[in-house]
Amino acid sequence: MLSRTADCLYWMARYTERAENTARMLDVSHQTALLPQPEQFLEQSWKKLLTISKLEDDFSKKYDTINRHNVLDFMIYENTNPSSIVSCLYSARENARVIRGRITSEVWETQNTTWLELQTILVNRERSDHSRFLEWVKHRCHLVRGVIQGTMLKNEALYFLGIGTLIERADNTARILETKYEIQENVKPAQKNKGAEVDVNDSFFNFYHWASLLRSVSGFEIYRQIYSDQITPKQVAELLIFNPQMPRSLVSCVNELIPLMAAVRNQDSKEIERLLGKLKASLEYSDIDEVFSQGLEEFIEDFLERINHIADDFSNTFLIPLAVA
Amino acid sequence: MNLPYDEMLNEAGKARPHYRTFHRWLNQQSETLMGLKRAEAELIFRRVGITFAVYGDDLGSERTIPFDQIPRIFSAQEWAQLETGLRQRVQALNRFIYDIYHEETIIKAGIVPAEQIFNNAQYRPEMRNVDVPRDIYAQIAGIDIVRAGAGEFYVLEDNLRVPSGVSYMVEDRKMMMRLFPDLFQEQRIAPVEHYPDLLLECLKSVKPSDVKKPNVVVLTPGMYNSAYFEHTYLALQMGVELVEGKDLYVKNEQVFMRTTQGPERVDVIYRRIDDDFLDPLAFRSDSTLGVAGLLSAYRAGNVTLANAIGTGVADDKSIYPYVPAMIEFYLGEKPILNNVPTFQCRKPEDLAYTLAHLSELVVKETHGAGGYGMLVGPAASKAEIESFRVHLKTNPEKYIAQPTLALSTCPTFVEAGIAPRHIDLRPFVLSGKTVKMVPGGLTRVALKEGSLVVNSSQGGGTKDTWVLET
Repeated sequence: MLSRTADCLYWMARYTERAENTARMLDVSHQTALLPQPEQFLEQSWKKLLTISKLEDDFSKKYDTINRHNVLDFMIYENTNPSSIVSCLYSARENARVIRGRITSEVWETQNTTWLELQTILVNRERSDHSRFLEWVKHRCHLVRGVIQGTMLKNEALYFLGIGTLIERADNTARILETKYEIQENVKPAQKNKGAEVDVNDSFFNFYHWASLLRSVSGFEIYRQIYSDQITPKQVAELLIFNPQMPRSLVSCVNELIPLMAAVRNQDSKEIERLLGKLKASLEYSDIDEVFSQGLEEFIEDFLERINHIADDFSNTFLIPLAVA
Repeated sequence: MNLPYDEMLNEAGKARPHYRTFHRWLNQQSETLMGLKRAEAELIFRRVGITFAVYGDDLGSERTIPFDQIPRIFSAQEWAQLETGLRQRVQALNRFIYDIYHEETIIKAGIVPAEQIFNNAQYRPEMRNVDVPRDIYAQIAGIDIVRAGAGEFYVLEDNLRVPSGVSYMVEDRKMMMRLFPDLFQEQRIAPVEHYPDLLLECLKSVKPSDVKKPNVVVLTPGMYNSAYFEHTYLALQMGVELVEGKDLYVKNEQVFMRTTQGPERVDVIYRRIDDDFLDPLAFRSDSTLGVAGLLSAYRAGNVTLANAIGTGVADDKSIYPYVPAMIEFYLGEKPILNNVPTFQCRKPEDLAYTLAHLSELVVKETHGAGGYGMLVGPAASKAEIESFRVHLKTNPEKYIAQPTLALSTCPTFVEAGIAPRHIDLRPFVLSGKTVKMVPGGLTRVALKEGSLVVNSSQGGGTKDTWVLET
């Protein structure tokens, strides 16, 4: 397969997955913003949405204040923000268009229809309901993945799509976990000193905070099913990092990447497989206690660095046309 | 002025013999049904994405080319005459291109003046004494044909660089079969859908001699090109890779494409990029569409380009008047297809005639294409004629003039119902080991009443083209 074709497949999948994850994060923040909570906390959580994707600088070029309206506007509609939902859906469709001969017509028509429907939504942007829009985005992304699984030949093209989806998902789950955890840590002491009305330490608030995190990765019901227990930060982290059955957990993404990477193997890809194997082993032979004693933030930072290193190596080996030797 | 020749009806308003079955069928169809079928066709073309990009429009703007449901029909006999004429013409043109890059016998014989070739911007000195497989330069030729009367065909233009439109020929046929399957049961219509197979066979037959199983690719300028749909279509139908310049590179005078499994050698390139953009080292250095070093690999005989570099010199309007003489010179045969009489304004006597008869003539730029930069005398205003007169006097060598032909018409669905509209035909001739054609071509129709310009960029549409088998 042409490297450029593989590149388009990979990025079509990544942008689709990113659109979905951005929608998930926004939806949850949008919902939790409705809960009673200190102002400072609220602002922190909108700010975190930007830091999660390293977008504070781009945001501050366009807006003065961080608030619900501005962040939603920037993360949903802003063309200059490459991670906004509109940008992601556009890039996914453009990549699909280039390689429409390599995907089934059903996949192409699904991507194309998403784009056409989005145009109608954008026209009525002022009147659009955020929750419904975000639901629609999630739904369209589910649909694309379903159509891919249901209609594409199980060959190289499907593997490159899979690799794109899983790398993006691993990255996004790690970031969601890191951000939400950080907020909790940062806000606690400040609030205590002030003796505010709402104590973020109380179990009621904790419940909503972690429940929202779980919901953003479709993990709330799963959590209940697995732990039959109250929601604790440690168990939430355990579910999202170590549970091999949880489709969006880190270990699950890495496990699924391994056979795909083996299937597309070429003469230069040994190193990628080695790094992936090491990453899998370090997840398999660790547990949540070890992570907490090391520090969750440090653990996530390390994971992000490793998965992104793998993504870069993968690009260089398979996708980016190398300079002529 | 007499009415132009109508493809379907004779002077008495009766259907011509080869149109009889269709005409009877058409009379039985209700207007409502035809309207519904028309909407259905438009919908299918759009959903499947058989569109062409429009330059200068907003992001992602794509249009379909209007499709007309009334086919243009040839009798077997008339087609046989046309086909023989096309083969003859393309063979002579290929011999001509070989000759002007090698022995120049036609110049030495005094048939074509040397300056008409060597002063032509499309003449590529880089191709001098370069041998190409089977001495074929224009593997794919699209010859534009018009009809003036019964059995009276004229060649309007030879397209020997990157002729396009063949995907519409195939898709129009598929659409007709889908909309009106019964028509295809009532009579035997020669199939055209195997064109991509013939094309692949042709491309493989001109492989470099040292290659056993050639790797064929289609080279496209990319998705923003107006014919991108056709490039995707042909690559998919032939089962070969569709590549862009950046997918290829040249090493040790061999062409490779970058794949996920490492470099893969490329042997035959069906390129849909003009000469100028093919190789930034040899031609336009600002081209980002081409492949650096491609010319060197080509000259070394390690890759075949279809069409060859430098074919443009033979389809230029300044060379066109010499094609009948070429046929006699190389093949020793009488030309079967007519050339439109052409006044070369570089000659003082031709210029004088042209200036005196501007309101009757069609004036064209020698290097123009796509229906731009031309004057249709009988349809032009006084001001347009005067402005052309000035151009002609300042740069006479840039123009040719031809009498206005009474292009044939074909009944066509228009807003007011069915009315005659002018048409032309672009059949495609494939030259490889042998010369092959599918029976038919792309019929283009000028949708504006009285208009003679059929180009899709100027609001033309297309029709399915039938050759009846007897």
